[in-house]
Amino acid sequence: MAGSNSQAEARGPGPPLWLLAELTYRCPLHCVYCSNPLDLAAIDGELTTAEWQRVLREARALGAVQLGLSGGEPMLREDLAEIVAEGHALGFYSNLITSGVGLDERRIAELRTAGLDHIQVSFQDSTREVNDFLSSTRTFELKLKVARLVKSHGYPMVLNVVLSRLNIDHVDRIIEMAIALEADFLELANTQYYGWAYANRDHLLPSRTQVERAERITNAYRAKLQGRMKMFFVVPDYYAERPKPCMNGWGSVFLNVAPDGVALPCQAARMLPGIAFPNVRDASLAEIWNESAAFNRYRGEAWMREPCRSCDERMRDFGGCRCQAYLLTGEAENADPVCALSPLHARVTDVVARAQGDPAPPARPLIFRERRALPRASGSRS
Amino acid sequence: MTGIDLAAQPALRSAYRLQWEAAQQAWVLLYPEGMVRLNGPAAEILRRCDGSTGVAALVSDLERAFGASNLRDDVCEFLSEAASRGWIEFAG
Repeated sequence: MAGSNSQAEARGPGPPLWLLAELTYRCPLHCVYCSNPLDLAAIDGELTTAEWQRVLREARALGAVQLGLSGGEPMLREDLAEIVAEGHALGFYSNLITSGVGLDERRIAELRTAGLDHIQVSFQDSTREVNDFLSSTRTFELKLKVARLVKSHGYPMVLNVVLSRLNIDHVDRIIEMAIALEADFLELANTQYYGWAYANRDHLLPSRTQVERAERITNAYRAKLQGRMKMFFVVPDYYAERPKPCMNGWGSVFLNVAPDGVALPCQAARMLPGIAFPNVRDASLAEIWNESAAFNRYRGEAWMREPCRSCDERMRDFGGCRCQAYLLTGEAENADPVCALSPLHARVTDVVARAQGDPAPPARPLIFRERRALPRASGSRS
Repeated sequence: MTGIDLAAQPALRSAYRLQWEAAQQAWVLLYPEGMVRLNGPAAEILRRCDGSTGVAALVSDLERAFGASNLRDDVCEFLSEAASRGWIEFAG
């Protein structure tokens, strides 16, 4: 790109090691923290089987080795096994990221034959009541059944539970559930505030006391289990003093392809205004990854502003998350305001302050993910 | 010191896969949603963790292949670390 002069850009980007294939935005669940775009109804025209297989071939040729098959709910793609088979033949390590809905005996056998490496099943909670409330479905019993099915087929299983104010106090019961289901890994992922979660932030952000308690309990189990079930506790970045090195840097190792073929540096970037994200239907992944203006936009450090530009930590966290900077400050080039050095850090601490103690219920009701035009959908695109 | 039984037979755990990646010019260990890029010695040890080779035999094989001696402590230390990270388990 014109004007770029950092060494990283002069050498060109490294390979995209991770390909996240969001096969569809369709989903039977209505989770209040979904990371998919708010204007789901405006996005149409899913890639075909052959198009996905081409995307996989091109990504593998670029050096991608981890393949995430996600959505929406990827089980809704009847051709999932064909896509998995292509990934397997190419040497990908393939991860199915599912709510469990649609994963039955027939399909798991089909995926096994196709060479799928691992299955991640999401739960919304350890109780039927909260699981079914947060997803606005009756799926808890089904998820238990699916988790047992995954293990009975000899698959390594990751259980993923997104934590929020509404379920974080159940963390001990969630861990016990994962142990009982013989999960190999448990991800306790505090909500990241993008998409639907951002719209519901005042409902979902836990208090500091809640977060600290959950982390303490997780650490106690970690010591007790001695590595038998690996646990990841993703800290909520609103409570951090420094931003996360989001995606290990824009266009650094992570490549996301959305259901309609739009190539993105992360799941959330689509809502950034003024960036024409390329589509795999119009260009090869090599062109997109190496040459597109969108992927080069926040590589290196030439785009940075103060306080990032002169910060000693700029190559450690890359100024945090561009999407969060945009959502909270209106401009993606600003420092992620999670950073205590950001002049706009109060945009985070004000929200955090509101979540302490026993706050009054938010004025706006919870919004459940739905595939229809939202009353305020225009606000998500600005 | 590391508590490694020289007769035990280390094997990669079922979720893990070892693979040469030309794009990275390195052996990588792949597992659910994760990847570790291995240095040369780590890769040489893990490639020999096939579930039927005992630690003692694995050490002699490495010493033969690289014309080295006294690798036992280094290998045991690495195996102990790999086990604590959940990459391998021991049979036998």
